[in-house]
Amino acid sequence: MKKEKTKYKLKIPSKTDNLELIRSFVSNIAVKVGFDADETYKIELAVDEACANVVKHAYEQKHTDHQIDLVIELDVDKLVIIISDQGRGFDVKKILSKDMKEYLAEMRVGGLGIHLIKALMDDVEFISKPGASTQVKMTKYLMKNGKVEVVKKNE
Amino acid sequence: MESFEVTRKEQGNVMILYIKGYLDAHTAPMLEKELQGLVDEKKYNILVNFNELIYISSAGLGVFMGFIENIRNNKGDIKLSNMNSKIYRVFDLLGFPTLYDILEEEQEALKKFES
Repeated sequence: MKKEKTKYKLKIPSKTDNLELIRSFVSNIAVKVGFDADETYKIELAVDEACANVVKHAYEQKHTDHQIDLVIELDVDKLVIIISDQGRGFDVKKILSKDMKEYLAEMRVGGLGIHLIKALMDDVEFISKPGASTQVKMTKYLMKNGKVEVVKKNE
Repeated sequence: MESFEVTRKEQGNVMILYIKGYLDAHTAPMLEKELQGLVDEKKYNILVNFNELIYISSAGLGVFMGFIENIRNNKGDIKLSNMNSKIYRVFDLLGFPTLYDILEEEQEALKKFES
């Protein structure tokens, strides 16, 4: 029988002062499963960017009771992180088609976070339903010297 | 508790900002306020020393983006120095080295303001 994936979950109010807590939650798990300091930093930053986007864009500022849902799934060869909100959603195609050089040439703020997430993680998938929800699924593979290293089980 | 601090020092016609700690979407408004203060005082030659900065996210980089146009229009600049390799990589990933002078040392950056 296939073994169930280990899952870690965090549900936390959508506020910038929780970003620190979110980073420490994610980096502790990344270290525990065997990522080195460099890869852990990338994961931590990518998650920070996704959660900061939720705080900044997903919800109307006047509401303070909104949540960020974070699920970390640990598989034998990878870490999958799913960040969801029940906010206003966005047009994924429109955001992803933006060229970073265009942004920079116009000296515009914004879009930097999504570009970073894509650069830092191995796979990134955005699923957004305008007016309802957004989910960002990002994956980082456990690679050592070009080979997948099986995650050590603590049992 | 992770924190962020910014202190300033005037050296000749350059204002040096020393930033310390964690610069993310929560703490970026503090840096924004400081830069706005300098612009309000018409101090447009700004050097930001990253020596004690441990962490930066794009919210921090966005702050520089928000001011650079106005500052350059006023014949000033924001130059950056003393970044560790982790912080530099974030700037590099977002293509900032083509837009900003990023120097290894504060003295080098100060000299650039003279030229």
